Amino acid sequence: MPIIQVKDLSKIFGKQAKKATQYLDQGLSKDEILEKTGNTVGVNRASFDVEEGEIFVIMGLSGSGKSTLVRLINRLIEPTEGSVYIDGKDLAKMDKKNLRDVRREKLSMVFQRFALFPHRTVLENAEFGLEVQGVDKEERAQKAKDSLELVGLGGYINQFPGQLSGGMQQRVGLARALANDPEVLLMDEAFSALDPLIRKEMQDELLELQESMKKTIIFITHDLDEALRIGDRIALMKDGRIVQIGSPEEILVNPANDYVEKFVEDVDRSKVLTAEHIMKRPETVDVDKHGPRTALERMRKEGLSTIYVTDAKRNLHGYVTADDVSEAAKQEVKDVKEILRTDIPKVDKDTSMHEIFDVIHDSTVPVAVVEDGKLQGIIVRGAVIAALAGSEVNLNGSDA
Amino acid sequence: MGLMPKIPVAEWISSATEWITDTFEFLFDFIKNDFGDFIEMFAEDWLMNIPVWLFIVIVGLIAFFVSGKRFGLMAFSVVGLWFIANQELWEELMNTFTLVIFASLICVIIGVPFGIWMAKSKVVEKILTPILDFMQTMPAFVYLIPAVAFFSIGMVPGVFASVIFATPPTVRFTNLGIRQVSHELIEASDSFGTTGTQKLFKVQLPMAKTTIMAGINQTVMLALSMVVIASMIGAKGLGQTVITGLQRAEVGTGFVAGLGIVILAIIIDRFTQNLNTQRGE
Repeated sequence: MPIIQVKDLSKIFGKQAKKATQYLDQGLSKDEILEKTGNTVGVNRASFDVEEGEIFVIMGLSGSGKSTLVRLINRLIEPTEGSVYIDGKDLAKMDKKNLRDVRREKLSMVFQRFALFPHRTVLENAEFGLEVQGVDKEERAQKAKDSLELVGLGGYINQFPGQLSGGMQQRVGLARALANDPEVLLMDEAFSALDPLIRKEMQDELLELQESMKKTIIFITHDLDEALRIGDRIALMKDGRIVQIGSPEEILVNPANDYVEKFVEDVDRSKVLTAEHIMKRPETVDVDKHGPRTALERMRKEGLSTIYVTDAKRNLHGYVTADDVSEAAKQEVKDVKEILRTDIPKVDKDTSMHEIFDVIHDSTVPVAVVEDGKLQGIIVRGAVIAALAGSEVNLNGSDA
Repeated sequence: MGLMPKIPVAEWISSATEWITDTFEFLFDFIKNDFGDFIEMFAEDWLMNIPVWLFIVIVGLIAFFVSGKRFGLMAFSVVGLWFIANQELWEELMNTFTLVIFASLICVIIGVPFGIWMAKSKVVEKILTPILDFMQTMPAFVYLIPAVAFFSIGMVPGVFASVIFATPPTVRFTNLGIRQVSHELIEASDSFGTTGTQKLFKVQLPMAKTTIMAGINQTVMLALSMVVIASMIGAKGLGQTVITGLQRAEVGTGFVAGLGIVILAIIIDRFTQNLNTQRGE
């Protein structure tokens, strides 16, 4: 069961919310509703599930309603309609006390402009959530220290937030949220106020932390690169509506509509696509069955200058070149093993295109995609260029 | 103008005051007697029993530490107080000091909670704002009249009039201080599941402290400015000396006592300002 289920969640800002929701049902656009009622549609019937342990990114440009959406999830903003189920309980209908308990125990939030308390030390900031819960002094200090240690700020506990750089302040923000040991972490544009280098560093660290923590994270961002980098799944928002939900690859490769397509146009695909997406099904010869003549025949037919050699179980043995094969055929060599070359350029399925560049640049033969010693596919230069151009990408590499 | 007879507003207010005086006589008597005795005891039995030199030394030391171990405020306090003692106005100074302290304390005790209430509710803010305007713009002399009706003459009506005149800044600044705590910090507090009280004491009040202290500083200064006016209804202190100077046309007497008030004002002002340094800045 998903840890968070959002169902038909809407937020109308203004006094005629009822009327506006009726218009929403009739399918009127945000602008039309603004014109008719003077009310702003913050979020328009958003529905999605978030699974335990995943990083779910909500992305959209400013004004798309993403910050409103995340505040509806912990009810910092009261929803107009719809439900937010956390562990099966509807947050939108909870009384104040239960809501407080959920906020204390299950949800923690990290803010765009850090929102640290300037009159409290770093340690006292990290302790805040536990202090509110009434955890006793020693225990909360210990937990807060552990959590600061985790984000690399163990040495700064007695400083005040004003004495730290932006990146460090946001680490405190993260430590404050983690100290509660929440089930779900809500991160509202958490890295957007940081400069690009620090931002990237924080993204890496978050991913690293996530390896060990396995928290459920809902991450809001306006930066598509960031979304693609850290998201397991991405929800794209426009005008308060969720336009598409999918894995980074799905969004890139199969944009649901023109809006998404426009959005992803400028993305650096090399960061997102991996070997799996651009590899082709390889022509091979069987090391046990085939001799140089068969190899030559196949290469002629396919117009190849090299061909990979595997056994019946697709274990990769090496490759042979056209020159070697025709020479061997002339000299009546029976076994391809004698002319086998083993300096194979290899990558994993998950190797990013970035790294493939380096491998393919230094190699005269197609790159082999190998997993557990088995040949999965090959990558030729043409495929790399085509993928960067945004075409001919397949999501299920082996079927191509 | 003959269309309407004069509305007897003055009569109404007078009779209302009379009614209050009669109805709450027991309360006013209690305040007048017990609280009055306490104030007198504070001034005459405690403050005036401290040897002048010891008092000056203590104030000097506090000044030194409060101002962050600098000598300026200490030197000014010591010389200023010595000058007042030298002019044989020490008892008057102690009485004035007592009046200011008590009036300010009551202002803060009343003002801060009202300020908080005002910050939490728009309705309360709308109701209180004109009342505060009224309290501050009404000529301070006017408060002396009901003060005398309730408490006859002496220190107590002086404190009463000062409290009415000096409370508004504390209320206003408390309200302002809490309202200007950034929205994001309030969200952060809420997102961790704080109750209203936790939010108030852990976030809003600490964040508003600087502003509230500025309001309290204003309150103390206003209370001090009431000293001369309050002495018209028999509140003892430097103000009385000023009035005496005025009645006898003795420029020198009045001026020296006035100077004493200025010195006291500067010392109190710098003390309260220096106390107002925020952690983490």
